[in-house]
Amino acid sequence: MAPDQIVFWVFAPVSVGSAVAMLFQRNAIHAALFLIVNFFTLAVFYLVLGAPFLFAVQIIVYAGAIMVLFLFVIMLLGVDREESLVERLRGQRPLAIVLGLGLAAEIFVTARASLGLARGPANFDETVNVGGNAQALSHVLFRDYFLPFEVTSILLIVAAIAAMVLAQRRERTTVEAAGEAEV
Amino acid sequence: MKTPISYFVVLSAVLFAIGSVGVLVRKNALVIFMSVELQLNAVNLALVAFSRLHGNLNGQVLAFFSMVVAAAEVVVGLAIIVNVYRRMHTANVDDASLLRW
Repeated sequence: MAPDQIVFWVFAPVSVGSAVAMLFQRNAIHAALFLIVNFFTLAVFYLVLGAPFLFAVQIIVYAGAIMVLFLFVIMLLGVDREESLVERLRGQRPLAIVLGLGLAAEIFVTARASLGLARGPANFDETVNVGGNAQALSHVLFRDYFLPFEVTSILLIVAAIAAMVLAQRRERTTVEAAGEAEV
Repeated sequence: MKTPISYFVVLSAVLFAIGSVGVLVRKNALVIFMSVELQLNAVNLALVAFSRLHGNLNGQVLAFFSMVVAAAEVVVGLAIIVNVYRRMHTANVDDASLLRW
């Protein structure tokens, strides 16, 4: 068995298992911790697929920044209560599980029919990752995808401003307060 | 690499399905949001796998962009959840039913 096959068969069950565990965890913090495990396994898959740069970005951005943000909000809201199991729509949960299984089966059949056992070029690291993955990726990113790259910087600024506007505590305006004083 | 690319695609499909079941089943807004993150990651895995299959780096660049967009989306989404929690004192999506007739 080749090393990458061993890595796949070790980490694929961990990945699916942690995702399922996240689904059934009733405590939000435990769900977040299982999601972090899942992100780490995905980072390992990126490494196997010849994307060491995305491996690092996955750990720094997802397992680091985004999940810390999640845990911070969980702490802020104090959502440590277990959620209710009342169903507003009858049969929603069984139906959702059946549809999810159907979706997975559908993509399984599609992938099997269209991809088969194709493996892609064997010498990926020599032909595509020329001079290292980060260098090759930066050539593609800054040559072919330069405009989208600049647009994402605008997107990040907009998101940062939006978060500040949304999260500030709204003080009652003086006009409102004066109107209430009259009443 | 000896592992067929379709294995990674099927794994990403399974993760995406788990994420969508999570979105439909869970009631806590934060956990629903985490399930959306799981779906985004599943798609990223498929993108990187296809990048490997076709022997170019376009898929990896796309996965990189999707990570940036996911970071922006998390920031705004969590701010909205905090706002809803301040107003309704709950993170349960069933309780935020003002627009329901």
